[in-house]
Order: sequence, then C-alpha cells, then structure tokens
Amino acid sequence: MKRLQIPVALTIAVLLVAAFLAPLAPAATVGPVTDPIGVVRINRGQPITIASWLVIAGPDASLGVDSNRGIEIAIADKGRVLGFPIRLIKEDSGCNAEGGVAAATKIAANKAVVAAIGSSCSSEAVPGAPILWKAGIVTVSPSNTAPKLTDPKRGPDYDGYLRTAHNDLVQGKVAAEFARKSLKVSRAATIHDGSPYAEGLANAFADNFKKLGGTITAQEAIAPTDTDMRPVLTKIAAGKPELLYFPIFIAAGGFVVRQAKEVAGFANVKLMSADGTFSPDFRKAAGDAVVGVYNSSPDLSPAVLGPGYAKFLEKHQKRYGEKPLSAFHPHAYDAAMMIFAAIEKVGKKDAAGNLYIGRKALRDALFATKNFKGLTGTLTCNQFGDCADPKIAVYVSVSADPAKWNPGTDPKKIYP
Amino acid sequence: MGVNAMALPRSRWWRRLSVIELYLWAFRLAVVLVVVWGVVGTVRAARYSGEVWLDFVVFGFSQGAIYALIALGYTMVYGILRMINFAHGDIFMVGAYTAYYAARALDQRGIFNSRPLLSLALILVVAMVVSMVTALLVERVAYRPLRRAPRLVPLISAIGASFFLEYAVRGLYGSGFQAYPEFNVFKGEWVLFGVGILRTQAVVIVSALILMAALYLFVMRTKTGTAMRSVAEDMEVAALMGINVDRIIVITFAIGGAAAGAAGILYALVFKQVHFFMGFYPGIKAFTAAVLGGIGNIPGALLGGVALGLIESVAPILVLDGLGIVAPYQLKDVTAFIMLVMVLIFRPSGILGERLATKKA
Repeated sequence: MKRLQIPVALTIAVLLVAAFLAPLAPAATVGPVTDPIGVVRINRGQPITIASWLVIAGPDASLGVDSNRGIEIAIADKGRVLGFPIRLIKEDSGCNAEGGVAAATKIAANKAVVAAIGSSCSSEAVPGAPILWKAGIVTVSPSNTAPKLTDPKRGPDYDGYLRTAHNDLVQGKVAAEFARKSLKVSRAATIHDGSPYAEGLANAFADNFKKLGGTITAQEAIAPTDTDMRPVLTKIAAGKPELLYFPIFIAAGGFVVRQAKEVAGFANVKLMSADGTFSPDFRKAAGDAVVGVYNSSPDLSPAVLGPGYAKFLEKHQKRYGEKPLSAFHPHAYDAAMMIFAAIEKVGKKDAAGNLYIGRKALRDALFATKNFKGLTGTLTCNQFGDCADPKIAVYVSVSADPAKWNPGTDPKKIYP
Repeated sequence: MGVNAMALPRSRWWRRLSVIELYLWAFRLAVVLVVVWGVVGTVRAARYSGEVWLDFVVFGFSQGAIYALIALGYTMVYGILRMINFAHGDIFMVGAYTAYYAARALDQRGIFNSRPLLSLALILVVAMVVSMVTALLVERVAYRPLRRAPRLVPLISAIGASFFLEYAVRGLYGSGFQAYPEFNVFKGEWVLFGVGILRTQAVVIVSALILMAALYLFVMRTKTGTAMRSVAEDMEVAALMGINVDRIIVITFAIGGAAAGAAGILYALVFKQVHFFMGFYPGIKAFTAAVLGGIGNIPGALLGGVALGLIESVAPILVLDGLGIVAPYQLKDVTAFIMLVMVLIFRPSGILGERLATKKA
C-alpha cells in the first residue's frame, strides 16, 4: 500500500490543479467556431434549445404564462432559425429569489441551452442572472423593470443580462407625472414590499413626484406575505396623502386595495399600482374594491404599438382563446425575436450541416442590437442591457370582473 | 431553590452571580432601555392621534383573536400528545377554502346578503365540519400509526401532512388568490362607547371569544373535559383509570380542527382572500402564540394570541417609529419574534405556562 501513496497523492494534486485551471482554458474551438467561453453544437436535424425562466405557478402566474405565450407565438412566427427548428424549455421561477436561483441552476446545467428568456420578477433576476452567465448563457428578460439590473454599477456578473422591458426609472416618472399633472395630487405616499422591483419603482415615483413639486408623506414597506395591511395603512393615513402608490404584487396588492376602504382617513385617497398587478388575477384577489384603482403599465394600445401588435393579438386569440393575461407578452415576443436574429448573425454551419453557436459571440451580438423593429417599438440595446423603447400609460379599472379584462377599454387607458 | 436563596447570607448574594447571569441581566436592561427610548420617542413626536392608536389596538385584537383560535389546536394537541401538529395551519386553510366555496354558493343564490346571520351560521357549520374531518383524517393517517415512535417521527410526518394538504388544495382549486364575497351588513363601522370599530372586526372578536369560552367550559366542566385533562397529566395512568385514550385524542383533534375551521372563516371575513398557502404564516404565528402563552395551556393560547396580535399591530409603530426606523411595518414579523424571545428569556415557560414546568414536559 505504501508504494501507492506517492502516485496517488500526485494524481490528486494534478487533478486539483487541472480543476483549478479548467475555467481558464483557452478559447474553445468546435467545428468552424472559436469562442472564449464556449460553443454550442447542434447536430443536423436537432432543434435549437432556448429556455424560459418565468413565474408560471402561484399568485403571480399570469405574469409568466403571458410572457411564455409571447415566446411561443414568436417561435411559431419565426418557424426555423438557419434551417433549424426551435425548442422551448420552460422553468418556473416563482417570482422570488429562491425560485429564480432554482430555475437558473437547472437551466445552467443543461449544456444544450443556447439562450434564456426571463426572468419575470426582478427579485429572481438579481441572484439568477449571474448563475446563467457563469454557465455562458445569455438571458433576455421581458418583464424585469428594477433600475438596478441595468445600472452602470451592476458589475460583471450581469454581463449576460439584457431586457426588453422598460426601466422603472421611466415608469416611475410617468406615474409621478400622471399623479401630479393629471390628477392634480400634491401629497402622495408609497408602499413597497422589499423586492428590487417594488422598491426601485416606489423610489423612482417618489423622486419624480418631489421634483414636480409634490410632497411625499410616507414611504412605507411591508413583507410580500403580509395579510394585515390595516396598521400600515392607518400609519400612512396619519400623513393625510391624497394618493397611495403601491407598486407591489398581486397577493399583497389585493390586501391593500380591499382593506384601504375600511381604514379611517382612506375614503378619499386615490389608489395607484403598477404593472405587477396589471392582470385579471388581480381582480380575483381584490374583488369589487378594484374599481377605480389606477395602474401604470406598458402602453399596449394598437394605436401606439402599430399594426404588428394587432396581428399578434389575433394570433393570441386564436391560439389561446382569450385576451392576454398581463402586460409583457409583446416584450417576450421581442426578446425571442432578438435572440433569433442574433443567432442568425453568429451561427455557423460545417460541411455536414451541423450548427455551431459561440456563447460570447451571441452575447455580443445581442448587446449590439440596433434599430430592431419589434412589437414594442424600435429596440436598441445600450452597454448595460437596456433595450426597450418604453411607452408607459396609466389605466383605471372600470369593472371588477376578471372576464371583462381588456386593456384599453377595461382597464381604460386614461393617460397619456 | 427559593428556600436556598433565602437561607443564604445577604452579604454574599453576589457570589452566586455567574457571568451568564450578568450577561442576561445586561441584555434585559438593554432591551428595556431600547423599548423605553422608542416609546418615548414616538409619544413625544405625537404624530398619531388617540383615535389612530385605538385603531391599532382594535386591529391587533381582531388579528390576535384569529391567532388564538388557531393556537388552541396547537396547544391542545401538545398538551395531550407532547407533539406539535404542524399540519394545523393547513387545516385552518382547508376551513377557509370551504368557507369560501360555501359563501360563494350562498352569494350566487342571493341568500348571502338577504339572510346574513343564517348564512354565517351555515358557513360556520360547514367549514368547522370539514376542518374537523380533515383533522381527524390527518390524525388517523399520519399520527396514530406513529404513536409509539420516537418524538421526532410524528413531527416529520406532520410537516409531510402539511405539504400534502397545501398541494392537494392547490391541485383541486388552483394556485391563484380568490376574493371572498363581502357581507353588506358587516360593511362599515359600529360606534361603541365613542370608539369606531369595524363591523367585521367586532364580529370576529366576539365570535372568537364565544368559541373560546365554550371550549374552556367544555374542558373544565364536562366529563370528557376532565378525561382530557387527566390524559394530558399522564396518559398511562389515565388509561389505567379506565379512560379510552384513543377516544380522547380523537376528540382533541376534532375540537382543534373545528376551532381552526372557525378561525378560517373569521380570517376570510377580515382579510377577504383565500389562497392555498395561506395557512403557513398564520400557522407559524399561532404556534408562536401558543408558546408565548405557555404551550399546553388553553387560557394561555388565548392570551398569547391576543398578545401576539397586539404586538404585531402596535409595537412596530410604538417602538420602531420612535427609534427613527423608516418603514417599521416591514419589520413586523421581526418585532413579533423578538418579543417572543424576550418573553422566553424573562419567563421561559411562557406567560401562563407555569404548570408545565412542574409537569413532565
């Protein structure tokens, strides 16, 4: 046994060194493609795999299901990329950090995945996007709107992250302008739930509202799982605001809307939420109290988005038999189409007809997207991954019936 | 121990102080100082009127009454089996879901608002029966076969039962939130002694008090109640005295389940939403309430529940606001659990948990 000790120790040492050096290995060359972080090879006849990590279960499921439908319609519209069919793998990301990590880890383990679309909620993207990028997978989010995700200080972990959704610096500004100029409100309060999305948007609203000469009476926070909002609403009422901006999600948002009616001092306070609750499911949670609640959300009127969107809606109706469930399906459609265009730019075939896609090349091609004609407008990506051509509107709910959900007429678009 | 302390010469009391005790006293003092500082800060700022404070207290009471009803189930099962029934929060959820479907059915037939008291009674009965049956099934399937197993085993089985109930409901009714229909009669406020109180909350507080009083009388005054108490005291001796222990355990689960079902309706009345995961947090909070009040003790559950509700509703603003913490309600749960730790440090057996310390525990 003793004779073996030295060779065994040496072997282990060599293996350890090799494991340590492996990530630093020189550019991978597979077939006709050389790429610093890796190459995906797709054999002839096999599909190109893309993955989505979106919330498709739980109270916020409508958000992710809606985006998945956008992707599916894009895949159907596109048909084939460089002659290869497209396959979509769906993961549920749960609209929370843990779910985001789980979904991203699962996708990162799958070497066949070329690119990802997601996540739904910013709280998933914060821990999830770095996991994907460490595996060389670039991800385009259709609905993350937290400002910090594309902040110049976001760090190299997010080098593989882009989004077709608007940045909430824009949404917060529009919401504040609506409150100040259209509703003529001079005192407002905000509530967020501690998630990057809600906190970023509440702050963007407050900053702009103050810039426009308004007063912020309170900036409160709750936990997403809280059910008893009366104490916090009572505290807010003590500041005598005229409007409450609560850019949170469906569950807590429903509690806020239903309980606000019962809190002393809230009878005449206008309620305004954002795109996280812009869904018929919010009506199921909030019931009758939803009538008169405002929502800032992407402007989805065909007049603004053009004829392409009207055609998309027809396809959606035919395929799923209902109106879109949330606001980000065109952004998901655009995310998919952007990825397909980038694959077409960088994908190379060998003589046998196999396809090779360089991972870094794909990422660079996506960041280089310029004047891309999408459903949501003309998309141009900046160096931090913001690609949107943002158009934000404000809606008001006319009825409480989830079946009457039809953005534009109910909820009715009232601004701009 | 008390006798020894008395017997010790006064001049040498400091010899008995250990480092840990000193540390604990310093900690207690620091906590009291922080709390007093926060309270003084809030009161001096005088940002909130007396009415607002009364509102906070009423909100706390109605939330606390619901915690107390759920806590009863924990405390009774613990008292008898020395086991935490972690599926209890989900039995509460099943009750709330049943109440939702019952209420919707009545609403669609128009009975809901034309005969509110009748429908409330109907919903109450249906939800309590369904919760009771669920509790009995859980006991039969998940706990009874493990009665002689080590203590940890039924605990794990309870967590399994909890997940089973959650995902069974999710599979049956979907994962979304549902808005509970509103009673028109219970909208608005009643003014009692010059204090405005929301009607739903008055109904919740009163119903919870009635249910708990009935339960207390049942345990203290009836033969079955006496049998329950003796099984809690010592299961084997009780069996020797001719008490059917299995029957008593079944009754305990039945009563706990019914109380959870009632809590489910009251919760739905106040919060007006039902969801398959809604049992989790109230379950944890009610468990906390049971520990706070002294687990195994029925009046303790009532006291612990109300105390927890009040702490959650009043403490963030009373203490944290004065300390200059922004958005104190985000720290509501933290406040509640810090208070639990405090109570356990000052009084390890819980507020009313004295008896347990002398029992076997």
